[in-house]
Amino acid sequence: MSAPAALPQVDAGTLLAGRGINKRFGGVQALSEVNFAIRRGEIYGLIGPNGAGKTSLFNVLTGIYTPDSGTFVFAGAPLDGLKPNEVAHRGIARTFQNIRLFANLTALENVMIGRHVRTRAGVFGAMLRNPATVAEERAIEQRAFELLEYVGVGRRANDLARFLPYGDQRRLEIARALATDPKLLALDEPAAGMNATETGSLKGLLERIRSDGTTILLIEHDMKLVMSVCDRVLVLDYGKKIAEGTAGAVQEDPAVISAYLGGDVALNLKGAA
Amino acid sequence: MDIFIQQMINGVTLGSVYAIVALGYTMVYGIIQLINFAHGEVVMIGAMVAYSVIVALVGAGTPLPPLLIVLAGALVAIPVCMAVGFTLERVAYRPLRRAPRLAPLITAIGLSIILQHLAMIVWSRNPLPYPQIVKTVSYHVTGNPNGATITNVQIAILVVSVAMMAGLMALVYKTRLGIAMRATAQNQAVAGLMGIDINKVIALTFVIAGALGSVAGVMVGSYYGIAHYQMGFLLGLKAFSAAVLGGIGNLAGAMLGGLLLGIIEALGAGYVGDLTNLCHFADWSDALARRCAVDPNVVLFGSNYQDVFAFIVLILVLVFRPSGLLGERVSDRA
Amino acid sequence: MRALFDTKSNPALAWVGLAVIGLALLALPFALAAVGTAWVRITNLAILFVFLALGLNIVVGFAGLLDLGYIAFYAVGAYVYALLASPHFGLHLPFWVILPIGAAVACLFGALLGAPTLKLRGDYLAIVTLGFGEIIRIFLNNLSQPVNITNGPQGVTLIDPFRIGSLNFRDTETFLGLAFSGPIKYYYFLLAVLLVIIVINLRLQDSRIGRAWEAIREDEVAARAMGINTRNMKLLAFAMGASFGGIAGGMFSAMQGFISPESFILLESIMVLAMVVLGGMGNVWGVIVGALLLSFAPEVLRYTVEPVQQALFGRMLVEPEVIRMLLFGFALVLMMLFRPAGLLPSATRKRELETPGAAANGR
Repeated sequence: MSAPAALPQVDAGTLLAGRGINKRFGGVQALSEVNFAIRRGEIYGLIGPNGAGKTSLFNVLTGIYTPDSGTFVFAGAPLDGLKPNEVAHRGIARTFQNIRLFANLTALENVMIGRHVRTRAGVFGAMLRNPATVAEERAIEQRAFELLEYVGVGRRANDLARFLPYGDQRRLEIARALATDPKLLALDEPAAGMNATETGSLKGLLERIRSDGTTILLIEHDMKLVMSVCDRVLVLDYGKKIAEGTAGAVQEDPAVISAYLGGDVALNLKGAA
Repeated sequence: MDIFIQQMINGVTLGSVYAIVALGYTMVYGIIQLINFAHGEVVMIGAMVAYSVIVALVGAGTPLPPLLIVLAGALVAIPVCMAVGFTLERVAYRPLRRAPRLAPLITAIGLSIILQHLAMIVWSRNPLPYPQIVKTVSYHVTGNPNGATITNVQIAILVVSVAMMAGLMALVYKTRLGIAMRATAQNQAVAGLMGIDINKVIALTFVIAGALGSVAGVMVGSYYGIAHYQMGFLLGLKAFSAAVLGGIGNLAGAMLGGLLLGIIEALGAGYVGDLTNLCHFADWSDALARRCAVDPNVVLFGSNYQDVFAFIVLILVLVFRPSGLLGERVSDRA
Repeated sequence: MRALFDTKSNPALAWVGLAVIGLALLALPFALAAVGTAWVRITNLAILFVFLALGLNIVVGFAGLLDLGYIAFYAVGAYVYALLASPHFGLHLPFWVILPIGAAVACLFGALLGAPTLKLRGDYLAIVTLGFGEIIRIFLNNLSQPVNITNGPQGVTLIDPFRIGSLNFRDTETFLGLAFSGPIKYYYFLLAVLLVIIVINLRLQDSRIGRAWEAIREDEVAARAMGINTRNMKLLAFAMGASFGGIAGGMFSAMQGFISPESFILLESIMVLAMVVLGGMGNVWGVIVGALLLSFAPEVLRYTVEPVQQALFGRMLVEPEVIRMLLFGFALVLMMLFRPAGLLPSATRKRELETPGAAANGR
């Protein structure tokens, strides 16, 4: 188990490493010397009590805010100063805690927009409708359908995003993020508001995404899900990293337990989903 | 130096008027995040109504001192403009309170057009000359007998403006209504839950803005000697720029912004011709030197560009410091 | 109505319908000329406003950027043409050279004026664009000193009409027994350009770029997170919209033969915005309807208001122009209160106003 301040082990198998990330908002130190390393092909959990800085870390990672200090190294290259669209171009796609779908567009259109960053047709292609553009458009629509099927909302393709049931909306957001062909899929509380059945099928989806080669970074509060699906977990509390390691190891870490429960109460969460 | 002082006096006077109108804009924006495009027209109506009253009284040969006649004009204009403001809010803005921003903006533009043309019908499309019944008295400010002066009209404008600003500050910061207004501006939903009648507070905001606007209209009419159905548009735009300059939603900001804008405009109009007179660089080019020998004023940007200053200020503020000089005060609407 | 022209579902009916409309459009100018030659000119100006409305529709309807200074691009296009094809500078370039130049210059201005506005919220964006529009008008009005570029308030006169070889668009020629007056020639040219512009608009809307604009309009943060370069997309919207205005401006110059800053006042920007909003923001056909309505209305008013007032009151109480403006103002207010999506709402707007039940019924 790693001591909080140690730098993460970084090697060729590391997809994303964060070193010394600091971010202050006004009087609040949202992130303080956060270090972590995510390995290729794993599902990496990010947990912590409310206000621990999890979404702040997402926002700093995806370029919405700039860290006061520290760097992210993604697939061997630093992410310093990149804007959110450039981060997506590099291969990190995210979903949002409060679901930010394009509400008045259909599910299909939402996912098609996800393909924007990997396609090229510009103004002239749009106006001239040359064969290359037409082929690209067809491919975009096709891939969007595939992704909708993949996450399980295929039959809703032509429904407006805002009319989808809540669980389907979350899946749709994942499909849209997958449309950008990410190397790292960053999900912000995808299971929020889901019941046990929905969470179960979400778990299946996450495992399928992992086995198909995409690394996942997952913020979650649902501990059963985290413990059963995450290979490794990072625990934040008040902006500081207090543990990083396998799910099993982390859940027995006294620092983690006291952060969540404020005492030395043994948690028994052997993770059956 | 005297030119500078004169421009400053003119600028501060103009700025006070901008400040009063800017207060109207900023109060409304602070409370419902709406640019009341029609506010300039309310100012214009104030000027026009006062004009009619003054002309009627003068025409009837009323034996009142001129100052009282102007006052009578203002006293009639104020309730008229308050009513106009109230009607605008009730009829056009309240139904659209939850609509996307575009709708109330278009409506405001429509109202502006309607008011302008109604005024054109009622009062004529020609500029109307304000009867110059108050004798203009100039007071010398410096020792120079041909130097900077300040007129009694200017002094009156300054005094009235300061009085109104002080009154408004007292209202907003020292009365219960003021607290209600500030609370509604910060968070409408919660203010309502605390028992504040939102509709009444918003209506009152428009009414007060209308009153302020009408006095500003009378001042502008008296100062420039004319009233015109289109006078509200440009004045309104400039006053809005002033409000943004100071920080939208921020009362002190509107006052500061208004004063600054007036000064910038006056100084700009006074000096920009001089500053951009290419004859200063006559040695750089023969063609220029020849031209300047004939005409010593080869001015790049003359005082005819005066109106541009307000727009440039507005754009610069919004691009570089969108929250204004003193910071904006608007609620967090998504 | 849409189904009527759906070439896929009922080809025969659709093509016949289109052919009928096509023939009507081709014959229209002669019918109008029979009523009065002025009507062809009025129609031409209406078509120019359709161009403007379609251009502004890209900015406001597709990308969701509120532009209150759009007429500036019309002015730029008009002055570029006027300065390159009149005695003012002694240049007489052919129109097929100048129109693209005008479009390019307007395009550039579009990007320049759009650049500072990228981070602004809706209302502020509107005011800043309004400010830009006014600044351009003031400059056009004053750039007669110290060097006479625009000839100030007097404007530029004696602007060349279009010329193809020996064919001059100003003169009337007879062909096949029909008299092709200047305005009628311009009409056909405008019609052809209009068709191209409509196709461009429809294609843009249904493309990767159009989807990116929609995404920005719906949720800019999410759009950016999905890799859309929102800054460039917004600039593109401004630039494209502006280029349409520039082309229209060039044609305006040639047709009128004379331009001055008076034609490019704020009211015109508001008019074009009204055409877009009242017609149906984001819906190409709605915008066309809006533009035609608002262009022809004043003319219709002029022909009805005078006689009616004479009959009722024995004299003209209120001029048609004033009535037109009053009606316009009321139209703006009433539409926003009762039908904010416009006459022909765009597909997305219609969806915005739908309820879940309606969607389930497959409407």
